[in-house]
Amino acid sequence: MSIRSKSNDLKKRMNSALQGGGQKAIAKQIAMGKMTARERILAIVDDESFHEYDLFVEHAGKDFDMDKKTLPGDGVITGTGTVNGYPICIYAQDFTVAGGSLGYMHAKKITKIMDHALKMKVPLIGINDSGGARIQEGVNSLAGYGEIFYRNTLASGVIPQISVILGPCAGGAVYSPALTDFVFVVDNISKMFITGPEVIKTVLGEEISMEELGGARVHAEKTGNAHFFAHSEYECFSQIIKLLHFIPWNNSKKAEPFEPTKPKRNYSIGNIFPTDPKEPYDIRDVIRAMVDSSDFFEVQELFAPNIVIGFARIEGDTVGFIANQPLVLAGVLDVDSSDKAARFIRFCNAFNIPLVTLVDLPGYLPGVDQEHAGVIRHGAKILYAYSEASVPKITVICRKAYGGGYIAMSSRHLRADFVFAWPTAEIAVMGPEGAANIIFRNEIKEADNPEEVRQQKVLEYKEKFANPYVAAAYGHVDAVIKPTETRKFISHALSVADNKMVNRPKKKHGIPPF
Amino acid sequence: MEKKKAKTTKKTKKQAPKKEKFDKFVIHTAVYETKLTEKYKSRKPYEPVDPKLIVSQIPGTVRQILVKKGQKMEEGEMLLELEAMKMYNKILAPFNGVIKTVHVKEGDKIPKDFIMLEFK
Repeated sequence: MSIRSKSNDLKKRMNSALQGGGQKAIAKQIAMGKMTARERILAIVDDESFHEYDLFVEHAGKDFDMDKKTLPGDGVITGTGTVNGYPICIYAQDFTVAGGSLGYMHAKKITKIMDHALKMKVPLIGINDSGGARIQEGVNSLAGYGEIFYRNTLASGVIPQISVILGPCAGGAVYSPALTDFVFVVDNISKMFITGPEVIKTVLGEEISMEELGGARVHAEKTGNAHFFAHSEYECFSQIIKLLHFIPWNNSKKAEPFEPTKPKRNYSIGNIFPTDPKEPYDIRDVIRAMVDSSDFFEVQELFAPNIVIGFARIEGDTVGFIANQPLVLAGVLDVDSSDKAARFIRFCNAFNIPLVTLVDLPGYLPGVDQEHAGVIRHGAKILYAYSEASVPKITVICRKAYGGGYIAMSSRHLRADFVFAWPTAEIAVMGPEGAANIIFRNEIKEADNPEEVRQQKVLEYKEKFANPYVAAAYGHVDAVIKPTETRKFISHALSVADNKMVNRPKKKHGIPPF
Repeated sequence: MEKKKAKTTKKTKKQAPKKEKFDKFVIHTAVYETKLTEKYKSRKPYEPVDPKLIVSQIPGTVRQILVKKGQKMEEGEMLLELEAMKMYNKILAPFNGVIKTVHVKEGDKIPKDFIMLEFK
């Protein structure tokens, strides 16, 4: 056979494999409002950059007449490409081929591209759209999941791992996304749960729709499993591309610097920030007032909104922001917000992204529900994450910093490298009202007009202690700065801390309060 | 007619810079203005546990009931069997006492925290 006819034969084979599950299945996929697996990959990677591997892989099922069936690519597309010009490894489950079900060879393709990503130290993107384990292949599909989970864990903290849920992701399959760094979901398309509505109905008699049980909104708002919520697949892909702009390829690199730009003029801290510690404001506007182009890329926007986390740039370099949000629940730390912040801090630390913490909180949230939900255990996560982090840590105390909340929010005592405070900062064991009530309890009780004395004592306490100068006198705060100078101070601190080195006792790994 | 129109436009203009509504939120006697989350608003108030109520620890199906109203029970005696997660769970009397009411029938599918029996 001539090279030409051989090439033609290859073309024919490729064309048949590229059809996926065939026209009918593709039409069904589109009718569900979903893109096909290949379209999704091509929408994420740079034009002409996608190279597919293992196109001719065949499934390994022998039982239940599976040997008579062919499944093109065994229901998953794997390959490499570039995003923003930088290499990535990617796989996308193809729902049109046997419902994207995971069999032995399907898993082999995924683990092969995962091994590749880990060896080449490039980010991994996994697009999940699968009915789950291929029952006909029995324990081999379970083995496949296990192999994926093991590699997710191995790669954790070495390369960024991104999971995109664009269809069902149920049962054991959910644990791969859960082990990765960022989970993207799309409204009405993403569905994640351990046991589906049918099982819940037959076993428990509880009726619930898929959307209410494990839809995109549920995971973005309630469970915190998802980090990015989009209304369409295209919006989701632009979020992924934007995220990859901010983070490095792997843990031995820093994020690529960008051309420095100034914050937009319409964000001015003076206009946003109320000095009265009881008045709310949106801390995100304060962040926007100090970062390049006022571009703040928020992570987990809808989950535990009493703390704000996300990426931005200062003078071209990526930083991770962690900030209490006085707009929601007065910015308290609670079970969810501690968990959310701690995980983000650990991501930034693993990938050499400096941390900037803005502090304005009245403390940990009181209440039986919080105590019983384990606010001690979860609240400890944030202490652990900050103490453990060895990247540059810069703290700005804006207003309230009371009690345990002050310690937890990247205080000097947890080894923040630079602690700045605004003149409006109130660093104290508790708020003036509470403190005065305790310290002057007897004087208030014995007074002829207790309320008047109480108010007076609150004022006294406020004047004496509700300021940054007591902490500054002990060196717990490095500098009291004008709010408008914050960007300048952070930027300088970042350049000073660029080659930061810390020596820690040797250990296999710590035991964080998971 | 025209005058009336002018008046209404003026009114809407005045209302335009509507101040955002905030909730009051008390922490350590200090009152903060802020927004409350759905999760916070829908949290359940704490209720002390009543040891006299025998409550399901897991959702499941009542397989058999071995007791009747008014029956005297001794600690450790079996009250009923609850099938849940492919297991037959024996529910035992937590102390000596008399059954006040039985709230379930054999074959009932019950959720978690369902009151199955009551002691006097």
